Amino acid sequence: MNYHKFDAVIVGAGGAGLMAALYASKNANVAVVSKLYPTRSHTGAAQGGIGAALANLEEDHWEWHAFDTVKGGDYLVDQDAADIMCKDAVDIVLELEHMGLPFDRTPEGKISQRPFGGHTNNITKQPVRRAAHAADRTGHMILQTLYQQCIKNDVQFFDEFQFMDLLISEGRVAGMVAYHINTGELHVFHAKAVFFATGGWGRLWNITSNAHSLTGDAPAVLLKKGLPLEDMEFFQFHPTGIYKMGILITEGVRGEGGVLINGKGERFMLKYAPTIKDLASRDVISRAIYLEIAEGRGVNGQDYVYLDVRPDVVNQYFDEDGKKNPDGTPRRITAADIDKKLPDIADFCRTYLGVDPIKDPMPIQPTAHYAMGGIPTDADARMLLDEKNTVLPGGYAAGEVACVSVHGANRLGTNSLVDLVVFGKRGGIAMAEYCNSVELPPLPENALAEVQGMVARLLANTEGIPAAKLRKAMQEVMMMNVGVFRTEALLTEALERIRELKKQFPNVYVADKGKRFNTDLLEAWELGNMLDLAEVTTLAALNRTESRGGHARDDYQQRDDENWLKHSFIWQDGDNFRFAYKPVTIGRYQPQKRVY
Amino acid sequence: MRVTLKLKRFNPEVDEKQHWEEYQIDVEPNDQLLDALNKVKWFHDGTLTYRRSCAHGVCGSDAMVINGRNRLACKVLMKDLGNKVTVEPIRGLPVVKDMVVDMEPFFAKFRAMKPFLINNTPAPDGRERHQTVEDRERFDDTTKCILCACCTTSCPSFWANGEYIGPASIVQIHRFIFDTRDEATKERLEIANDAMGVWRCRTVFNCVEACPREINITKAIGEVKKAILEG
Repeated sequence: MNYHKFDAVIVGAGGAGLMAALYASKNANVAVVSKLYPTRSHTGAAQGGIGAALANLEEDHWEWHAFDTVKGGDYLVDQDAADIMCKDAVDIVLELEHMGLPFDRTPEGKISQRPFGGHTNNITKQPVRRAAHAADRTGHMILQTLYQQCIKNDVQFFDEFQFMDLLISEGRVAGMVAYHINTGELHVFHAKAVFFATGGWGRLWNITSNAHSLTGDAPAVLLKKGLPLEDMEFFQFHPTGIYKMGILITEGVRGEGGVLINGKGERFMLKYAPTIKDLASRDVISRAIYLEIAEGRGVNGQDYVYLDVRPDVVNQYFDEDGKKNPDGTPRRITAADIDKKLPDIADFCRTYLGVDPIKDPMPIQPTAHYAMGGIPTDADARMLLDEKNTVLPGGYAAGEVACVSVHGANRLGTNSLVDLVVFGKRGGIAMAEYCNSVELPPLPENALAEVQGMVARLLANTEGIPAAKLRKAMQEVMMMNVGVFRTEALLTEALERIRELKKQFPNVYVADKGKRFNTDLLEAWELGNMLDLAEVTTLAALNRTESRGGHARDDYQQRDDENWLKHSFIWQDGDNFRFAYKPVTIGRYQPQKRVY
Repeated sequence: MRVTLKLKRFNPEVDEKQHWEEYQIDVEPNDQLLDALNKVKWFHDGTLTYRRSCAHGVCGSDAMVINGRNRLACKVLMKDLGNKVTVEPIRGLPVVKDMVVDMEPFFAKFRAMKPFLINNTPAPDGRERHQTVEDRERFDDTTKCILCACCTTSCPSFWANGEYIGPASIVQIHRFIFDTRDEATKERLEIANDAMGVWRCRTVFNCVEACPREINITKAIGEVKKAILEG
């Protein structure tokens, strides 16, 4: 048996995993295990910025950031956690700068900030410049900077090892099992703690901004082990994905003045969010786009609208909105500004659409983007076993895979990056402390048995269905039925369809029977995980009979605070599922009607 | 459109050496080459092996030699490749299987460059270190690197001598020596000035051609050379 002993293992090497590694490794012997090379992680695809009330360009306060986060999350946010995040955000962005992150600069040499959806001056209700940015590759810079710091601090990595099982003994975490992709060997990591930082599962949907690797392996494995997932009905559709491809076009485009235009040439967000317009929160805009399309105002009768950042168009709307620079002069944007501030967006449009955003509007549609729900944790990233906040000793999670909950029913732009550095760090510190307070538990008997059996089953078929066929069917039904708008009929149909696909899953044929870099096997295994998460997502969406944030039920159009101001927990027990509920932690902000 | 993909295949568990295999598939003109490879893997031959993740040119997983040039499979469209497309693994690194190469020698070089900010002066308490817009601009281009290895594995000097640190490593040196916050210029330039350092660059410009992030690598190497000469 390939055996490794560490104090703690971190699964996933994006922003949350690397931040946890930097802090945990100060006081504990830590390994980072990832299915990818660390720099391939999807944190690197984040574009527009990281929110923090630095107030470098105008008045701002972390409390304003917290309120915006709570309101953006449609009051399902746990306000104690949001306070921690927004307060810590200020110091942690400065810490990233000290680590070497090349933020863009203001004329005075400070970290530059831009407006972003849902981030406001709480007095005037107007957009505030809060998103600290490095061009439109802020996530890339965070990922690179944290990886650089891990190299500096000699963090130990196991690259291209696929997490497959969590080991628990005596009621606490005892390590994990990973599949070494290069050799097909299983490895046991015997450890006091395991930290999940594996990101989201956007690949459940067929139009997504998410990487191929984002298949929700960790939450699916935990679900099978009888652990709960929280708020799985809440999945964010980002309003501006490149038409048909789903590639993300940052909200920073609208932060720089870009506007959404329907097929009749109208700036339709005036209707849906008269105060903040194109910088309303993402759920609001995605629904507006769907409604425009449903009412026949897509471009050329198709299912897309335009995102327009052409300088003459933007400047015209700056004038109409009376937008001013800090010195009182009218706000202006030039073609050169766009190339400077949004170089990757310009490159994506030119490469994939043959469209130059300086000369032409960009065809966009909502794209599956971010899981608000996930592994329930407290604000020290400790995994929870139930709605009563019972902790699983040695279990940690942070970043998109976790549900603290700081995003509630809808995440604000930039807050994913804030979340992963803040809770990655807090979790890393807490985990090292835990490791220094307990002995290594024994490994459970037959630690490898479950994974060995599963791999053998996947490889056994000599003919059958390609995994890709089932995956495509799942992605299509999730997009059509468990997307921006949902109804009982759509969700019931989706559930039936997903269960049919699950029944067919044992017939999946893996053609590659080898041990060397067998991605055919891994794709089949990932499909099994995605089908499990598709089922619980649909069940949770059926269960919540109200509309809140990213969960819009056409048959229950109102938010129902009386019955549903609560988090949902779901457990799987064989073929049965069970729900429980946890009250939302309310602090300074009482739920009120959400208007932008 | 119907295309023929001619793929260089190698599975050490069954093959003694690399060989070509051809696949005819239907693709859309705007499909990425990655979509075409996925089509082969998902519906024709599950054993075809390559790395991929983000599928829009920012993670750096899928560098390959495509019609003879180093590109990312997700950043080149089928309509720009013609109806016969050859795909091989990037050169100069050991082939693991099909398009997958052992990246460890590449990352080992990266790590040897001290690719992290070195600044032993305490940062201002509770504030950022300041940097002018112009100073930030000075190294902007080289912060775009995604470590895909397209540049290094397109470089004849690297093919000739695998010990050469290669363009990707020099990009990292550039990124830090022109960052006003970094205090280790001297030791970085010593690394660059090594026998296996910048002087092995013969300004062939393959790296510039290959970079999917459009970094002007040869210019960056030139600036590092100049910095060494100016001490």
